[in-house]
Amino acid sequence: MELQSIIICGVGGQGILLASDVLSDVLIDAGFDVKKSEVHGMSQRGGDVVSTVRYGEKVYSPIVGEDEADMILAFERLEALRTLKYLKKDGKLMINDFKWDPLPVATGTLEYPEDVFERVKRKTNNIQIVDAVKVAEELGNIRVANVYLLGVLAKEMAVKRDIWESVIKRRVPEKAVEVNLKAFDKGYSGN
Amino acid sequence: MKKLLSGNEAIARGAWEGGAHFGAAYPGTPSTEILENLSKYEEVLTEWSTNEKVALEVAIGASFGGARALVAQKHVGLNVAADPLFSVSYIGVTGGLVIVTADDPGMHSSQNEQDNRHYARAAKLAMFEPSDSQEAKEFTRMAFALSEEYDIPVLIRMTTRTCHSKSIVELGERKEVEIKEYQKDFQKRVILPSHARKLHVEVEERLKKLKDFSNNFEYNKIEWNSKDVGIIASGVAYQYAKEVMPEASFLKISFSYPLPDKKIEEFLKGVKKVIIVEENDPIMETEIKAMFPGYEIHGKDMIPMINELNPSIVRESINPEEKKEKVDLGDIPPRPPALCPGCPHTGVFYILNQLKAIVAGDIGCYTLGALPPLNAMDSCVDMGASVSNAHGLDTVFRKLKGEKKRVVGVIGDSTFFHSGITSLIDLVYNKGAATIIILDNRITAMTGHQENPGSGKNIKGEPTKEIKIEDIVRAVGVEDVHVVDPFDLKNLKKVINDAIHTDEPSVIITKRPCALLFRKVKWSPLKVIPDKCVGCKICVRLGCPAISFRDNKAVIEPTLCTSCGLCADVCPTDAIVPVDESGTNIRDYWDYDEHVNNRDKEVK
Ligand SMILES: Cc1ncc(C[n+]2csc(CCOP(=O)(O)OP(=O)(O)O)c2C)c(N)n1
Ligand code: SF4
Ligand code: SF4
Repeated sequence: MELQSIIICGVGGQGILLASDVLSDVLIDAGFDVKKSEVHGMSQRGGDVVSTVRYGEKVYSPIVGEDEADMILAFERLEALRTLKYLKKDGKLMINDFKWDPLPVATGTLEYPEDVFERVKRKTNNIQIVDAVKVAEELGNIRVANVYLLGVLAKEMAVKRDIWESVIKRRVPEKAVEVNLKAFDKGYSGN
Repeated sequence: MKKLLSGNEAIARGAWEGGAHFGAAYPGTPSTEILENLSKYEEVLTEWSTNEKVALEVAIGASFGGARALVAQKHVGLNVAADPLFSVSYIGVTGGLVIVTADDPGMHSSQNEQDNRHYARAAKLAMFEPSDSQEAKEFTRMAFALSEEYDIPVLIRMTTRTCHSKSIVELGERKEVEIKEYQKDFQKRVILPSHARKLHVEVEERLKKLKDFSNNFEYNKIEWNSKDVGIIASGVAYQYAKEVMPEASFLKISFSYPLPDKKIEEFLKGVKKVIIVEENDPIMETEIKAMFPGYEIHGKDMIPMINELNPSIVRESINPEEKKEKVDLGDIPPRPPALCPGCPHTGVFYILNQLKAIVAGDIGCYTLGALPPLNAMDSCVDMGASVSNAHGLDTVFRKLKGEKKRVVGVIGDSTFFHSGITSLIDLVYNKGAATIIILDNRITAMTGHQENPGSGKNIKGEPTKEIKIEDIVRAVGVEDVHVVDPFDLKNLKKVINDAIHTDEPSVIITKRPCALLFRKVKWSPLKVIPDKCVGCKICVRLGCPAISFRDNKAVIEPTLCTSCGLCADVCPTDAIVPVDESGTNIRDYWDYDEHVNNRDKEVK
């Protein structure tokens, strides 16, 4: 199998590192060589966060350069645009339809671009827009938004659902397993 | 057993497997998690040190005492530890001594891009360069035995990518090694000139022997393939190059000082031309070209010296015709990090901005006070420099030019312990009059909340003696000392304003814990009453990430607000109020009087 690269991006505090940990565990259980990379540091203070997961028979580099990622899962609109340079031409982009104003926008010095979805089309038409907050609210637990997004990602990957289920069971507190699996399946089944 | 480990976790594991008894460090991204992970192994005693020099010196002491010791720091930390580093190179070790330097190509969280492979050359020390977590673990494990065998401290050079990337590691078991019996050896350990002259001879001998080791080391490996191009690479750059040029022959350098000259020569002879792929400085390139003139060797003529590499950069550097056209995605507003909602530093910078003070800053979360909208920092050089920079500025203005300028140095608690104390002594000794504000948020926040000498807990969270900053400040001779609540803006402004107008040194200690120490608490937020908000944007100038400005009104994001109340305090129309009067707010949750004033009374 050819080397695959997935980027998960968003804003510090959105649960991106946890999501990419689950993804890596799933891929290891599926028998792949896996490398995962992210930059710690300023991310805790509301900066942008990018986590890269690469898998295949043998992975050398833990990171990708521009125009090399197969898929991007963006937890926030603007971050989708910021990370897009890493996506292959016409690679798959999944965007959570959520806006989090960066500080210069919040303070009124800059504008939040309204044309994010139009701009991303310059690079790819392979776009899926989902509303994780809405799904999580419907399920009565806002914290499952990231697992729902993993479900959206999982639908695009050739890894059995059982493996996802067993990793999610391992990773989330027992009480929350049911609602997390529900959230995952909502993303996985695409409705 | 196999496990996905970060490079930092792998180093800790390797130290444990390699029989380490002791570990010390001062935190610093990207190295911090090495000691955090090492502290989880029962067999290893670990300590947070006050700074990197201290950490290395404690570890040298542990090595004299016969124990295997590890120290870890970020690249600039090794600058702080450079003095003992050069001495211990001559002195050598008793218990194995392993020193990890975590460099930061790309400057993800650092002030420079220095390449610490230079230190191996300058201090004449052995150096390993792991390219993934498996190697990080293995090389650390091996380094202890090597250190003892060759009587040399061993450097392990990591980078942000090898530290923070996770890859699969085959775990091993710990090999228990006995702590050696203490023996006095003053001709070796007392580094007098007469002793050092003899030791220098041994240092050079040792390097010759290590060259043999390097030539025979199995991880310094030639991978023959096409003879048209040969790549020489070390660290994570090897992984990038291997991905991009699978058809090329490779010489992978894992033990990078001293370089394996024989293997390099064999490799040069076997291929038509060589490209050296290394991040930042042309260190291998310079040495290899000097050792072997007359071969076609490329390096920095292709591979960039600035910024970190990645596979695309390596590909496009080697084959410029593969350069892809970039799609223009338009301007994207940046998302700079900011002080957290409820951060105790916020008010201080808000006031300093109002007072138009000249602020010599320092390194920590509070460096973010330099950014808009706070804009309240004029300089930031290195850890501890705030106090000494402020003294230098004040000296020029007040003593040399006879001007009245409001010079303030701002430093965090951990940074003060790290290297602010000596600067403060200097300031007092030399009759300085700058005002120093010590932001005591009870923790080392920037690097992920490590305990420090002022927090009353050690690396394991166990209670220890709490060293009080105000006691130190008074002890070094500062008389005008104030301990204040940074949430009390009115008092804060008065105290700072008074202090900058006196002709003696003043120290103001703001005491309140970092907001993230209460991460688990659910705060009841504040809200803006739209009808009362006149759109003056005064609250927005706090730079609190919970406040945004939309349709000419301030809005508070309830999930982010910690109800610190600063915005309500600065609002001229009382438009900001609690959503729920009886709810939990961060200001009362950690009651200043209870924690500071009353406690001091008890002590007295
Ligand atoms: C010589 C050196 N060592 C370590 C670091 C990494 N570092 C940057 S800020 C900081 C700690 C700051 O803590 P503190 O002064 O308490 O401020 P806070 O972040 O808590 O506001 C550290 C360890 C560095 N930049 N330079
Ligand atoms: S982590 Fe703590 S000190 Fe750092 S910005 Fe946040 S509240 Fe302030
Ligand atoms: S009270 Fe105001 S300044 Fe404090 S966290 Fe909430 S919005 Fe920010």
